[in-house]
Amino acid sequence: MTETARDSRLIVGPFNRVEGDLEVQLDIAGDRVVAARVNSPLFRGFERILEGRDPRDALVIVPRICGICSVSQSVAAARALEALAGQAVPDNGRLAQDIMRRVENLGDHLTHFHVFFMPDFARAAYAARPWFAEVEAGFKAAAGSAVREAVAARTALFHVFGIMGGKWPHTLTIQPGGVSRAIDARDKVRLAAIVADFRQSLERQLYGADLDQVAALATPEALAAWRDQGPAGHFRLFLRIAADLGLDRLGRAHDRFLSYGTGLDHRGGFWQGGAVSALDPALIAEDHSHARMAGRERRHHPFEGSTVPDGTDEVGYTWCKAPRLAGQPFETGAIARQLMAGQPLIAALVAGQGGTVFTRVVARLIELAAEVVALGEAIRQLNPKGEWFAPARLPADGLAMGLTEAARGALGHWLRVEGGRIASYQIIAPTTWNFSPRDSDGLAGPLETALVGVAVAPGERAPVAVQHIVRSFDPCMVCTVH
Amino acid sequence: MKLLWLQSGGCGGCTMSVLGAEAPDFFSTLRGAGIDLLWHPTVSEETGAEVVDLLQAILDGRQVLDVLCIEGSLLLGPNGTGRFHMMAGTGRPMIDWVRALSACARHVVAVGTCAAFGGITAAGINPADACGLQYDGRQKGGLLGPGFMARGGLPVVNVAGCPTHPNWVTESLMLLAGGDLAADDLDQYQRPRFYADHLVHHGCPRNEYYEYKASAHKPSDLGCMMEHMGCLGTQAHADCNTRLWNGEGSCTRGGYACINCTAPEFEEPGHMFLETPKLAGIPIGLPTDMPKAWFVALSSLAKAATPDRVRRNAATDRIVVPPTVHEKRKR
Repeated sequence: MTETARDSRLIVGPFNRVEGDLEVQLDIAGDRVVAARVNSPLFRGFERILEGRDPRDALVIVPRICGICSVSQSVAAARALEALAGQAVPDNGRLAQDIMRRVENLGDHLTHFHVFFMPDFARAAYAARPWFAEVEAGFKAAAGSAVREAVAARTALFHVFGIMGGKWPHTLTIQPGGVSRAIDARDKVRLAAIVADFRQSLERQLYGADLDQVAALATPEALAAWRDQGPAGHFRLFLRIAADLGLDRLGRAHDRFLSYGTGLDHRGGFWQGGAVSALDPALIAEDHSHARMAGRERRHHPFEGSTVPDGTDEVGYTWCKAPRLAGQPFETGAIARQLMAGQPLIAALVAGQGGTVFTRVVARLIELAAEVVALGEAIRQLNPKGEWFAPARLPADGLAMGLTEAARGALGHWLRVEGGRIASYQIIAPTTWNFSPRDSDGLAGPLETALVGVAVAPGERAPVAVQHIVRSFDPCMVCTVH
Repeated sequence: MKLLWLQSGGCGGCTMSVLGAEAPDFFSTLRGAGIDLLWHPTVSEETGAEVVDLLQAILDGRQVLDVLCIEGSLLLGPNGTGRFHMMAGTGRPMIDWVRALSACARHVVAVGTCAAFGGITAAGINPADACGLQYDGRQKGGLLGPGFMARGGLPVVNVAGCPTHPNWVTESLMLLAGGDLAADDLDQYQRPRFYADHLVHHGCPRNEYYEYKASAHKPSDLGCMMEHMGCLGTQAHADCNTRLWNGEGSCTRGGYACINCTAPEFEEPGHMFLETPKLAGIPIGLPTDMPKAWFVALSSLAKAATPDRVRRNAATDRIVVPPTVHEKRKR
């Protein structure tokens, strides 16, 4: 059989254990992927749903874009409305908003590792590997002990929302100007107890070590030592699997990373060629050339953006637009945040192997450990005697932007208000960056680039390496198109 | 009982919510009730062609389907083609799959207000032409039509809520598995009565403020949110304040209005969500089953009778005046 005779196209979908629906089209030559196209097949039109409403209604509508990034969506909207009002937010209110956002992100990291990502290693295809029995017992989809323990730990952690947010997802506690629920001294000790319990559960099962030790990992050598002689736990198990399967050579994209800043520090930045630079949001533009969207003639900054679906279009292959920063595709997520924060291990991994399946997962697990420690500190800073909310007076006209970080990366809302009504509301979600289609220069998005070169065995209908790469981004498809 | 769960025009939040079921958790609950997950987009192993094979086996009658759970609204657009959601890997609109699979299922369950009535995805100009399985807003019909009856003899069971409470879903599934959910166990919008025959008002910790019409004026105030803040708890059918969410929560406990998310067309209240529309100073929406004249009379009486403690606490974010401790009278 000649190589050309094996040239083929493989369509993989429905792609599950991602949030929402996803289809990946692979052009294969010989035994390798030579081109990939990512299709976000669901369009709902939230940006259009928001038009014409009172801007404050965004707090009800935007969390419902996504059931897994719900609080991040609320925070982005609250930030945009606070910016519109020129609103100063009491420290407590700002901190309480951010604690909820961080708790959601921690829950998402936990869910990603245990429920979405690891079960692929418990597939029959890996039955011959030395680590298989351990993975199968822990991570068999919907059944493994670690999967179930993680779901239970997340449920317990989300009792934070029972106190601070009323419920999760889709809380309305987060308001421009702070939060609608004051925290008293009793609430505060209860919150601290919930986080301490979560910390212990991670230390017991995921890391087998104190979280401070995990967060302090600073070099690839220290990480390798953890893999070879470190404490027993699922983190070490992942490191062993990654070494065995070469996950550090899988799924590299452009090695350009974008973040809107970490925690309460909102200075965004981007990483390119080894250096961190400040972000200028004015350089963000969306390209519709390969999306099924009208408005292909030029790129639009989100303040001038539009969302007009073109259902008859045959050139576009996805509902996802292609956001670009200064004309370039960027990857966003835990790697980007860790680079902005100067985490030395992640910086060294990116400088060495680049942003790969391995780097993405390690960045998430390091961040999970560090953020649980930081969350405990944030709760200690809540001041039961302080103010929680200051009313915001919204002007009838104006432009405003709200930037934040969801678990999977940079999330931005761009709002234009005219006559007291939403005239335009544009959203760029993390997976819009990561799973963007080609642009008018022919530049492929990060996932599309990461899939090129992957080996596909004859007869594989959903190549497992492709699944590792796709899930390493922790995609949220419902946010992607919204 | 074999269960298949599919998602379409929603946010996945009902799945995220149901994974928070506790004592017992989601997986234990299903196992305990003898419910097998054939496939669920968030938790199952199978991807791509393996899933399409399973769906085909159901359509061919090679695989029994006892319960079909649909989460998210059904997207009819553009122009009735359903192309706003083509099920990945199949080149076929999701609405076609749902129609075909519904005909094979013993029970069809709409998980969440989107799947039940259209929900938030149908708000505003409804860009994707979203509707529910058997309702389009209040109008019976939807994707499957007003006369649809699943093979087991029930219409679509609407476990409405945005999101649904984890146990509204698990308890509905357990009742179906045990053969204990009949047509008269559903209310007029086909919601299970075990939670829809209650009002969010029941068990609301702001009841004393409600009784005296001591009202909140801004977020974080402790007072009743009906008069100014858009709260529909006295009209909303759900047991949120007796069942509680994520441990000890509910919307009103979180300091914000109930927006009646279990109801069809909650997404278009006709006013700003968090502001109460009024006519001559009286809220337009009155408590369920309460005659207007009595509401007006009782409200003015109650306002006049409001204790100082209740009035002052209502306008702050913490209790500034504690209830009096009654000492036993000395003889």
